[in-house]
Amino acid sequence: MEKQNRIARLLITLVMLLLGAAFVLPFVWMISASFKPEIDVFKYPIEWIPKHWNAVENYREVWLGDHPFAIYYWNTIKVTVLTTMVSVLVSCMAAYGFSHVEFRGRNFLFVLVLMTFMVPPASILVPQFMIFRWLHLFDTHLGLVLVGSFSALGTFMLRQFFMGIHKDYLDAGRMDGAGHPRIFLQIALPLVQPAVATYAILRFIWTWNDYANPLVFLRSDKLATIQLGIQKFASESGAFYSLVMAGTVSAILPLILIFVLGQKRVIEGIALGGVKG
Amino acid sequence: MDNSTDKKKRKQRGERKENLAGYLFVAPMLIGLIVLTIIPTLLTLILSFTDWSFIAGIDKIKFVGFKNYIKLFDDNVFRISLKNNLIMLFVVPVQMILALILAVIVDRVVFFKNFFKVIFFLPYISSIVAVAIVFQLLFHPSYGPINKFLMAVGVKNPPLWLADIHYALPSIMIILVWVGIGFCMIVYLAALQSIPRDLYESADIDGAGVWTRFMRITLPLVSPTTFFLLVTGIISTFKSFDIIKVLTEGKPAYSTSVVTYHLYTKAFDELKTGYASSIAWFLLGCVLLITLFQLYGQKKWVNY
Repeated sequence: MEKQNRIARLLITLVMLLLGAAFVLPFVWMISASFKPEIDVFKYPIEWIPKHWNAVENYREVWLGDHPFAIYYWNTIKVTVLTTMVSVLVSCMAAYGFSHVEFRGRNFLFVLVLMTFMVPPASILVPQFMIFRWLHLFDTHLGLVLVGSFSALGTFMLRQFFMGIHKDYLDAGRMDGAGHPRIFLQIALPLVQPAVATYAILRFIWTWNDYANPLVFLRSDKLATIQLGIQKFASESGAFYSLVMAGTVSAILPLILIFVLGQKRVIEGIALGGVKG
Repeated sequence: MDNSTDKKKRKQRGERKENLAGYLFVAPMLIGLIVLTIIPTLLTLILSFTDWSFIAGIDKIKFVGFKNYIKLFDDNVFRISLKNNLIMLFVVPVQMILALILAVIVDRVVFFKNFFKVIFFLPYISSIVAVAIVFQLLFHPSYGPINKFLMAVGVKNPPLWLADIHYALPSIMIILVWVGIGFCMIVYLAALQSIPRDLYESADIDGAGVWTRFMRITLPLVSPTTFFLLVTGIISTFKSFDIIKVLTEGKPAYSTSVVTYHLYTKAFDELKTGYASSIAWFLLGCVLLITLFQLYGQKKWVNY
């Protein structure tokens, strides 16, 4: 019986591996195509491991060619890191305020924050665009960082964790005469640190992958992020598929690395909050 | 007497201090949301009653009442886009059913649990732009690996996928299922893990088979999750924009146009701000309705 069970498990695992292949193969195909000379990209049967290598040439062309991938990269890192930092700070502050400070109008303001969550981003692009032009934030990284930083989701998700802190910890701080800023920084934040890390990773991923906001709020090529960059690159060098794949691999590799390293946190965070950007 | 007013005063001062602290803590988020979300939402509402283009200057603004909203129903492309959005809703149940099956298998039967979690989740964390570019090649009608494979196994005229009016939308739906399954699976897995094991054990003793256990224990107990995924899934198909913009731009012949994409072209290509705003409020109305349905339905249909 035991043994039979083990065999059944093994068989099902094998079937699942085949299914899993459907999720991984597009990535494998992409990576392998990025290593090939152009004429081998569409060869059938597919050469998963390239027979002729052209990797160095492809990646050199992408990174040092006409399209400034290094600049796209730097722009993306800058925008993503800044957005993540601002978003985490602002969301943590709001989450603490909405959970551990008793101020007048708290519930009303919290409902107001939650209501903004229902607004589909696409439906307010035009007025946002107008406001940004008036404030001279259009076509700047600062504008892009601001658009990505204020989200009801962060406030809501982190508030759940702040509420999980036992009041005794905070009261102990108050007895010692600490005000809210010190309680927030020295007691509350360290206690929810794992949740903050999870949110930071998620915000990083969402910002790195963001396409609609850079598309609308940026115009200059020298400010473009990697998502805009690979799209432009793909539509302009459309026929050079191996190069397009090399660009695409470059765009998603950092994220896959971050995900694989922080997978426990990411998966836990998604599961806990059931969150979706 | 003196003492008690003193106390009251001190208490009042304490309250005022608490209020001030509260406002300072939530102020940055609140100001950001007011400037970047709440004011734009109201502006969209006002603009939806105008005939205006944002490059024209404020003095050119012309109020036209409900004319934009009436025009929506005569706009053929809008109707097609809305229909496509409704068809795309099929993605949600398909994705959820597959995800639940995968979750049950990964949770109970399989070796290397973590490995499978990571694999199925990979598409979700990859950017939609990258996914779109890769699938454009995979689905390529003549050289794409998918059609090459179909021809090799004997399919004479494989579909042209994204280039065919009838297959383009289903192709996009396949990609959306592929992207979203991991998310649903992870959320389902969390729900499954919170089901007490002894429920299954006692069902075992009663001689319940795999199917009965699934229908009688698993399904009812994950119903809150099912409901949550259903609602967020519906909302996110209404929001989907990136994949259409990168992959098809609504082509061929508007067969893949969706409401958000139509809104984008009206707003930023044709510069019809007023009209685009009425589409925006239509979209907002849809999401609002779904959310109200959620608030109402959560009480009624979810059984704990």
